[in-house]
Amino acid sequence: MGVITARKLEKRFPDLIAVDQISFSVEEQEIFGFLGPNGAGKTTTMRMIHCVSPKTGGSLSVFGLDVEREPRKIKQRLGIVPQENNLDPDFSAFQNLIIYARYFGIPRRVAEGKAEELLDFMQLSEKRDVLIEKLSGGMKRRLIIARALINDPELLILDEPTIGLDPQARHLIWEKLRHLKAAGCTQVMTTHYLDEAERLCDRLVIMDHGKILVEGSPESLVREYAGTDILETNPTAEVIACLEAADIAYDIFGDLLQVQTTKPQDTANTLMESCRHTSVTVRRATLEDVFLKLTGRTLRE
Amino acid sequence: MAFLGISEISRGSLAVWRRNFDAFIRTYQVNFIPPFVEPVLYLLALGYGVGALIEDVNGIPYPVFIAPALVSISVMYSAFFECTYSSYVRMYYQKTFDAIIATPLSIEDIVTGEILWGATRATIYATLMIPVLFLFGVIDLPMSLLLIPCAIPAGILFASIGICFTAITPSIDSLNYPAFLFITPMFLFSGTFFPITILPQSLQYFAFGLLPLANVVSLNRAITGAEFSPLILYNIIWIIGVAAIFFVIGLNLMRRRLII
Repeated sequence: MGVITARKLEKRFPDLIAVDQISFSVEEQEIFGFLGPNGAGKTTTMRMIHCVSPKTGGSLSVFGLDVEREPRKIKQRLGIVPQENNLDPDFSAFQNLIIYARYFGIPRRVAEGKAEELLDFMQLSEKRDVLIEKLSGGMKRRLIIARALINDPELLILDEPTIGLDPQARHLIWEKLRHLKAAGCTQVMTTHYLDEAERLCDRLVIMDHGKILVEGSPESLVREYAGTDILETNPTAEVIACLEAADIAYDIFGDLLQVQTTKPQDTANTLMESCRHTSVTVRRATLEDVFLKLTGRTLRE
Repeated sequence: MAFLGISEISRGSLAVWRRNFDAFIRTYQVNFIPPFVEPVLYLLALGYGVGALIEDVNGIPYPVFIAPALVSISVMYSAFFECTYSSYVRMYYQKTFDAIIATPLSIEDIVTGEILWGATRATIYATLMIPVLFLFGVIDLPMSLLLIPCAIPAGILFASIGICFTAITPSIDSLNYPAFLFITPMFLFSGTFFPITILPQSLQYFAFGLLPLANVVSLNRAITGAEFSPLILYNIIWIIGVAAIFFVIGLNLMRRRLII
């Protein structure tokens, strides 16, 4: 029994289909990612999982409970990290946690202990009594994660957990999320940072236009859709002629020519020797290559 | 849609109420100014200023005549503005409702908590005005303490009306329409500063039939004047009944706005 089971899940608005009959399941203690361009339906899917947006078709259960029939029971066991910061600006960091605990019916004394513990866990103890507006972006994000943990959730839903943060803050959050996973907390996240997905997610799906395009572990997706290595150079007429002559497949994106290959050295040699071309870069294929290949390079929105 | 959303209300609404109460207490210095300053200003300017030109109203000195209206107006303003501008800021700008809906609470809990808080604030203000008015000698104790329990249903009434406007307003600026076209005229024409009986008969029916403040002023004036007629029974039933109607409408309009 998966923590989340969705079958032909659908969300239809009068003028568009935000989520178009997707099926997926999230297993216990894994980190499951939803990737996709803006408007792909990721956030809508998250909102249906945490029972704030009613589905218009299909079935969706969380902890084996139906999202429509038992929203309170489900939400009691969930932690939500929303995309937008919605900390309570009228209160301090500590009070934010206490007031949030009240919404879960957690007794005051238990909440106080838990709040101190979480501030410490997210390295915010020094900011305990600081008003929200005085916190930096990274601190707010950490506090939102602390808030999401106030009820010891079995499932944590993270919508762009590290959006707009500096590398230090991102690494700290990643460390904490891995720590939570080790402690048994299942996580579902959306992110636009593909390196983040590659580092954290056990499995992920790439969505576009409300549909799931592919599903798998980051490594398997990269292997299957982008090969092992990517060779990059300038798309000059000379290079193109050379590649055509050697019968090597290539793609051109603006001022960039890419060759997907499993033998980067041979391809590079071919280019350098027979075309006397010098500026060739070889790198490992990444999730970003898979993402762009599947969802295209056209700007969204 | 069971019971029009009423069955979705839980004890969690009290946590929403408590959040607003805590925020109120945190900035109490500012919040406690209006109930002390407002009655003093109104009494000086209207009660004793304008009142100097008026002999009395049906045998009642003018400051004594307007005293219960001042409490009624304060109840209306504090509950209505709390559940319009302040609720809108919490809902739209601070995203407080979004944060709460991610917890076990329902939309109905949030709306109920907001309305109860609006009514509580109104009741706090009514309570704080009583000693001020008593010091001016324009109300009697202990009879006027009855203004406090009456502020609760009146507060729920104005808070519920406010929530309905909050649920349908496209922007915070549009809340000026009900404020200026509904609240301000009521402030002036609900038997507040002149007796409703000097209006034409048809307007009197209109006032008691459709204006919340007219019914609240009538009830409060009966209390401070210790003069009870069958009319106040009508006023009480009207206030409670209309409050219940707008409460349910508010729940459903808010659900329609927030659940997408």
